[in-house]
Amino acid sequence: MKLGLVIDLDTCVGCHACAVACKEWNDGSKVTGPLPDYDARGAEPSGVWFNRIRHYEIGEYPASKTLNVPMSCMHCEDAACVTVCPTGASYKRSDGIVLVDPDKCMGCNYCSWACPYGARELDQNAGTMKKCTLCVDRIHNQDLPAAERQPACVLACPTHARMFGDFDDPASGVSAKVRERGGFGMLPELGYGPVNRYLPPRDPPVIDVDAQPTPQTGLLERLQALACELIRR
Amino acid sequence: MRPAVSVILFTVLSGAGLGLFALLTLVQIVGSASVLTPGMHLAAGMLALVLVAAGLVSSTFHLANPRNAWRALTRLRTSWLSREGVLALLFFPVALGHLAAVHLGWPGAWQTALGLAGVLLAWATLFSTGMIYACLKTIPQWNDRLVPAAYVASGHLSGALILLAFAAANHQATSAYVALVLVLLALTAAVKGAYYRKFAPANAGAHSLSSAIGMTAARSKLLDAGHTHGTFLTHEFAFQVGRERAKQLRGLFFVLSLFLPAAVIALGARDPSVLGMTALLCLAGLTVERWLFFAEAQHVVRLFHGQATV
Repeated sequence: MKLGLVIDLDTCVGCHACAVACKEWNDGSKVTGPLPDYDARGAEPSGVWFNRIRHYEIGEYPASKTLNVPMSCMHCEDAACVTVCPTGASYKRSDGIVLVDPDKCMGCNYCSWACPYGARELDQNAGTMKKCTLCVDRIHNQDLPAAERQPACVLACPTHARMFGDFDDPASGVSAKVRERGGFGMLPELGYGPVNRYLPPRDPPVIDVDAQPTPQTGLLERLQALACELIRR
Repeated sequence: MRPAVSVILFTVLSGAGLGLFALLTLVQIVGSASVLTPGMHLAAGMLALVLVAAGLVSSTFHLANPRNAWRALTRLRTSWLSREGVLALLFFPVALGHLAAVHLGWPGAWQTALGLAGVLLAWATLFSTGMIYACLKTIPQWNDRLVPAAYVASGHLSGALILLAFAAANHQATSAYVALVLVLLALTAAVKGAYYRKFAPANAGAHSLSSAIGMTAARSKLLDAGHTHGTFLTHEFAFQVGRERAKQLRGLFFVLSLFLPAAVIALGARDPSVLGMTALLCLAGLTVERWLFFAEAQHVVRLFHGQATV
């Protein structure tokens, strides 16, 4: 099994709902919670988040596009964070999920140095490293209805820009999407085999505004225009 | 990378201690007119062990959860950090055994066997310390073979200067120790010179923001990082040292750690206190060098925070 996420950069609107849903679920999770905040209502608010969304401008105005890029743990196939961990606290499960055992972690930050994606954040209160669990306590949770056995971020996404599934299964929804849309992994040159895939923005045909037929102007429209003109004066 | 004071002190102190022990023991094994008297040998050896121990203790201040520090000895199959810890701990009994053998006048074979084992462990520990950094592909300025080379060379240089001070205090013939210092000065200067040339701030990095987010057809720039204040990531990875300041500090390192010892030796100073002070200033210079090693290192996560290349 190779569980992971597909994130559609075409439909992501950058609303941060995935990050908030992630924070809410995992803060109360027995696996990894709590996710502390520091100075939450003060001048320098900060805290532990497993999912961060950054916004980029691609190209030069006016031929530019805003790209919203949510990033969380990529659950790498050859995860450097696991390799470098001196205590064995970081480990990779047989279903592909990379986890931290808080009972073993000594908080040396070394794994966060090894991760190219900024997926690991230290919990200053507990002194242990924390990261995305792919909602391991949701996806295998028999107490939840089958439709809800998905990561909180996937369920929360209002534009369905996030999908969860098994990349080892060529028939899975995520595998099909990646094939269809040319999904890519980030920083593949480092060789860590990130599992999460990003679907590039699509290239829709340009709508030529000038070539659009001008709407017919009837009596009503003319009266409306006259009224507007009178009001303005 | 944010310079972590505890880690900087760890590598500087442990490096000097391991270098001192390796050179002290090698001189003792090779044997010549320059060999320290057993009492002085013991004093120098104990100082080496104290330096290594102080470094290791300092490194634990970097841990957010030191209760689990003992677990760091469990993953030597994959982790250089684990290897470093295990080798450093193995070094202590062997080194102590060698010092005892010399001091108590055990048979020469015992002295040599324990000494050689200690030297090999010291070298392996120093190399592992460098590899902790050099194995990280996420930080181009660290992911280089010059990094372990610099750790080994500078550890031996500072160790050799301390050893020279001991030899002068012992009224031994110092010419062999002077030669050792001069060779290590040249070696350290060559390695660090090559390193600073290779990673000059003007050199563009191999990783770019555009390729990282898969948008290679157009220029990309950060509009919003998505957080109002700092995060763990900005705290750990966004540290920036000014180019002018970095240049000054690099100069300070070269003066304190390389030119000053060379000048002191060239002027023929053989007073133990002067040589001891020179060794201390060399260590101060290496602390500056180690601080820069962190401050100038750029993690690839900076791409996602808007840096064009790393």
